Amino acid sequence: MTVIRAILKKEFTSYFVSPVAYVLITIFLILSNWLFFNTYFLDEQASMRIFIARLPWIFLFFVPAVTMRVWAEEKKLGTMELLMTLPVKDYEVVIGKFLASFLFLLVCLLLTLSVPMTVAYTGDPDWGPIIGGYLGSLLMGTAYLALGLFISSMTENQIVAFILSLLVSFLFLIIGENFVLYAIPDWLVPLFEYIGFGSHFISITRGVLDSRDLVYYFSFIFFFLLLNVKAIESRKW
Amino acid sequence: MIEVKNLTKHYGITVAVKDVSFSVKKGEVLGFLGPNGAGKTTTMKIITCFMPPTAGTVEVGGSDILEDPLSVREKIGYLPENTPLYSDMTVESYLNFIAEVRRIHPRDRRERVNRMIETCSLKGVLKKDIGALSKGFKQRVGLAQAMIHDPKILILDEPTSGLDPNQIIEIRKLIKELGKEKTIILSTHILPEVSATCDRVIIINDGQLVASGTPEELQNRAAGESVIYTTVKADAAKVQTVFTSLGWVKKCSVESKQGERARFKLLATQDVSDPTEQLYDIAVKNGWMLSELYRETLSLEDIFLKLTTS
Ligand SMILES: Nc1ncnc2c1ncn2[C@@H]1O[C@H](COP(=O)(O)OP(=O)(O)OP(=O)(O)O)[C@@H](O)[C@H]1O
Ligand SMILES: [Mg+2]
Repeated sequence: MTVIRAILKKEFTSYFVSPVAYVLITIFLILSNWLFFNTYFLDEQASMRIFIARLPWIFLFFVPAVTMRVWAEEKKLGTMELLMTLPVKDYEVVIGKFLASFLFLLVCLLLTLSVPMTVAYTGDPDWGPIIGGYLGSLLMGTAYLALGLFISSMTENQIVAFILSLLVSFLFLIIGENFVLYAIPDWLVPLFEYIGFGSHFISITRGVLDSRDLVYYFSFIFFFLLLNVKAIESRKW
Repeated sequence: MIEVKNLTKHYGITVAVKDVSFSVKKGEVLGFLGPNGAGKTTTMKIITCFMPPTAGTVEVGGSDILEDPLSVREKIGYLPENTPLYSDMTVESYLNFIAEVRRIHPRDRRERVNRMIETCSLKGVLKKDIGALSKGFKQRVGLAQAMIHDPKILILDEPTSGLDPNQIIEIRKLIKELGKEKTIILSTHILPEVSATCDRVIIINDGQLVASGTPEELQNRAAGESVIYTTVKADAAKVQTVFTSLGWVKKCSVESKQGERARFKLLATQDVSDPTEQLYDIAVKNGWMLSELYRETLSLEDIFLKLTTS
């Protein structure tokens, strides 16, 4: 626990010492707010549906930018050697770094709370989908994080990590979309639908908490954290 | 304290370390020598549990590196090659981070960090980003980080590389001081450093151990035949005959001549222990005027060159 906490603290602070984090947060907030308010007042509907529906696409760029440096930089600078010769277990470091990025994501999401506040001020929204929307976004963002962290641990080049994470996340995002489902053989449809983020995200954002969706996200996150641990161990091959 | 047995490491098809065995006793300072690419860093990375060997075993203070890596890592303080550090942290927060990960009790943390600040003279740069420090200060931060938990064993990969002469001397002094109670392995390319700081030396070349012993032992052993210069005021031809007739003189030649005085160069075989004394005796017996008697010993550089070039 001490180790996880120490790494979590260090990693989380390190997000905020570089100006990159502030730039990222700013872009994230501007983009998410603008994409929302852009249509909100035309819609005359006190709902956050549009805001929530766009978050996965914003995360697609935002999360890889958060995760790209986490492992790649350690490898590039050689600090990996320093870190992994401290009395730590591989999984403790992986969890510490993951939790730090999760906290960072959480902070970013909390900063968008101005949006539901506006919605509540201007109308009388149904809170179920809003809370579900935030939960779904958090789960999806965290899934992206786990994926991005794993990819960052495979390379020492941040740009490569960014692009690969973006591509793979994109794949998971569109794989369950209708235009893909129409194009594939019928027997593959349920599988693709299950693997893709979309179906799970949509059902949570409707405010329906189905254990199958939660299981999906948790196993997705767990699976990529496990791969991350394996990738860290791979220096030993 | 450290037992390395038949250590072998392959990187793909490159063999970086080949069947290396050595041991380091408690309180010993071991110098690790070898040309670039010899396998020094690789060996250190294995001892510190960064990566496992392809074959062979290493025991550190009774713990096996594969079976109990955590307790091995706890016993060791490690300064990796090129001193990698988190450049976006301040010196203070970095040392605190290491102390925390090393599980130093919160009660003692302050005191340990302060002691390191003192030992490594870091007071002036505490609030600075590590990335903004000069090479020498980075090196000191690296050393402070390695010693913060007061480890029994220190492994230092080229601790003085890139430092100015003042700092080199300072770090050597520190190592010498630490060596009184700690077991230390240090690698270096600076040979006088070895004589200055190490109790024992091992030389590896191309992944293989080629020599080990105290600096003096190595000098004697590798010396092979020694060269003696002597200047005698006497009949040169006669002197030469007398010297050549000695069993242990392989060759005797006249180097230079100045009037009655002649300078001889003698090649002595390995098995004679006190050639200069014998020569002195002979000169006295024969009533020769001896004005120079000098035995050339091979420097560590010569030995290094001899063992690592083929
Ligand atoms: N990560 C790696 N992948 C492949 N080969 C490697 C790797 N690290 C080292 N080697 C090879 O292993 C051999 C030993 O390298 P090592 O770094 O241990 O040498 P060294 O004695 O520390 O040299 P130097 O004095 O230059 O620091 C070299 O031939 C090197 O090319
Ligand atoms: Mg090296």
